[in-house]
Amino acid sequence: MFAELNELLNASPERPEQGKLTLLRDTKTDGSFLVHHFLSFYLKAGCKVCFVALLQSFSHYNIIAQKLKLHKLNVCLWIPSLLGLLPRGFQQFSQGVSLTAAKERGQLVFLEGLKSCFDVFFGEEQHVGQTNPLQFVSKDGSNLKTMYEFVRTSLMASGSDSWKCPVLLVDDLSVLLSLGVRPVDVLDFIHYCRVAVCSQLKGNIVVLVHSNDDSEDEENELVVNSLCHQSNLILWAEGLATGFCKDVHGQLKIIQKGSSELKAEKNLLRIYQYKIQDKNVTFFARGMSAAVL
Amino acid sequence: MAALATGGATPSDGATSFQRKVPASSRLAAIAGTRPSVRHGQLLLSSGLPSLDCVLGGGLAVGTLLLIEEDKYGIYSNLLFKYFLAEGIVCGHNLFVASAKEDPADILKELPAPLFDDVHKNQVDEKETAIKSKQESQESMKIAWRYQNLPKMEVSPAASARFGHYYDVSKTVSPELLKSIKWHRFFLPEEMSLHPEIKTCNMTCGYTRLLQSIQRIIYQEGFDGSYPQKKQKNILRIGIQSLGSVLWGDDICCTDNPEDIFSLTKFLYVLRGLLRMSLSACIITVPAHLIQNKAIMERVTNLSDTVVGLESFIGSERETNPLYKDYQGLIHVHQIPRLNSLICDVSGTKDLAFRLKRKQFTIETRAGSSQCDTFI
Repeated sequence: MFAELNELLNASPERPEQGKLTLLRDTKTDGSFLVHHFLSFYLKAGCKVCFVALLQSFSHYNIIAQKLKLHKLNVCLWIPSLLGLLPRGFQQFSQGVSLTAAKERGQLVFLEGLKSCFDVFFGEEQHVGQTNPLQFVSKDGSNLKTMYEFVRTSLMASGSDSWKCPVLLVDDLSVLLSLGVRPVDVLDFIHYCRVAVCSQLKGNIVVLVHSNDDSEDEENELVVNSLCHQSNLILWAEGLATGFCKDVHGQLKIIQKGSSELKAEKNLLRIYQYKIQDKNVTFFARGMSAAVL
Repeated sequence: MAALATGGATPSDGATSFQRKVPASSRLAAIAGTRPSVRHGQLLLSSGLPSLDCVLGGGLAVGTLLLIEEDKYGIYSNLLFKYFLAEGIVCGHNLFVASAKEDPADILKELPAPLFDDVHKNQVDEKETAIKSKQESQESMKIAWRYQNLPKMEVSPAASARFGHYYDVSKTVSPELLKSIKWHRFFLPEEMSLHPEIKTCNMTCGYTRLLQSIQRIIYQEGFDGSYPQKKQKNILRIGIQSLGSVLWGDDICCTDNPEDIFSLTKFLYVLRGLLRMSLSACIITVPAHLIQNKAIMERVTNLSDTVVGLESFIGSERETNPLYKDYQGLIHVHQIPRLNSLICDVSGTKDLAFRLKRKQFTIETRAGSSQCDTFI
């Protein structure tokens, strides 16, 4: 997770929020760094995470999560003598996340979409059965019910678990539309997940979608607009309108919905620019990039 | 001084405290024609064009898909397709060629011939021979005496040990070289006549057969690691020509409201899964200019790793524009993947044009733009 983004969002792994739907949106750029942030954030916070990864393999996320972990470890090694003086919170901060370890201790349930789809397509009928979450690829229907069941069973608290609130992370939702699922079924899936995860289990949902201002993909825009209205927090990563720049990779809009719909509070909109480095992402106010100052 | 002293005291049993940690990727680098990326250890292949490798940040990663959006007459995209396959031949990789309009054997016969002793290598060699002759003239080295007895380095390494080769488009590859590699074919008209109709996953028949054929080859030849006892690993280069065109049985290029808009995207998704789990790389050319429904191209771009669009000047008003008189077309790099890393190695310039000569395909920034870089 990126410490600067935590400060901007006023979030901390010590006290994660509950019952929230966060929408990650990217336009003309790659917003997957936000997914990596939230993945390690919730794992650090001790939440049980169900990660539906539809586009990349497990090793991709694992390698990046390890990199984020190493970065923090280096910072701590430089000041070994002070570690004893630092408050306990900082020591926990230095532990880092390893996805393999999280999977083994049951904190992370990882659905690798590419592998499941491979099983559905090339596997034999009787072995696949009816429980493969990506089963909708084989039939004409666009029913996401099996995927919802998978999410629900993996986040349901079992007796021996000591994890905090459950979290559903989806990367990314726009792929489902490419696989033949209708937009209304995608929205139904999110609705069912919100009922199960946010209301009943008091957990969080984080979803990544792609969008484009001049996109001709109307179905995608429909899903994105609908999710924008439903979500509590929107992180919108956009490429710069002026084109490619080496020092500023894009702009991040943080839109926090007013907490109470009855009072019609105004949405809080803040805009920052960011630069992605190998192990970290730095955020700064617009025009205040280190290269300029 | 101290370094020399310890260097002088180094016995052959390696008693120094300095130990070079062998990186894990050195095992994988043993595969011919690949090199590990400096940033994240990902194994890279050459796309056949050294200039395109530079633009893509070093090369094409193993397990990824390179999508080429064809130019209007398919001339230059076909050339890139052939360069990719020719590179596979020179490196000794296995090939899988799929086409719906040309017999794969004919495609292979027309691949450009590699330049083993080409002009460019000669220029490099001239410099190296000059240095070598200077060294030989010293009877005994006075300063670098430690290196006196080391064996001389080869001036001209074997052609296939290089990363990225040059090709002569006016000549075709020799049949002996073709015979030396193992390749597999998929020609849609003959596959359709051999087997009865099947329809899986509600995808166009041609795509289903192609996926099954690719999966069978990957499994049988062990590219997915299913035969661990096989000592020598190799790469499978898959080339699919004009995917999405009418000849594949898909109507997305014909009408604005095609019957089945998900066939191509489903195909790409399953193919992505196949590539990620095997030692292979794939090049696909798509006639993007014929696809009326632009939403499909957006989805196709999201499902591919590297997307490069070609725009040739043939038949357009830019052909006579003096600004473009040296170039044959523009290259648009729409997407570069970020694999195992938050960032990708992308070159700063986005305004690229290409120029084709007999022995060289260069990509440069347009002469009118502020930065002028040439990728050779």
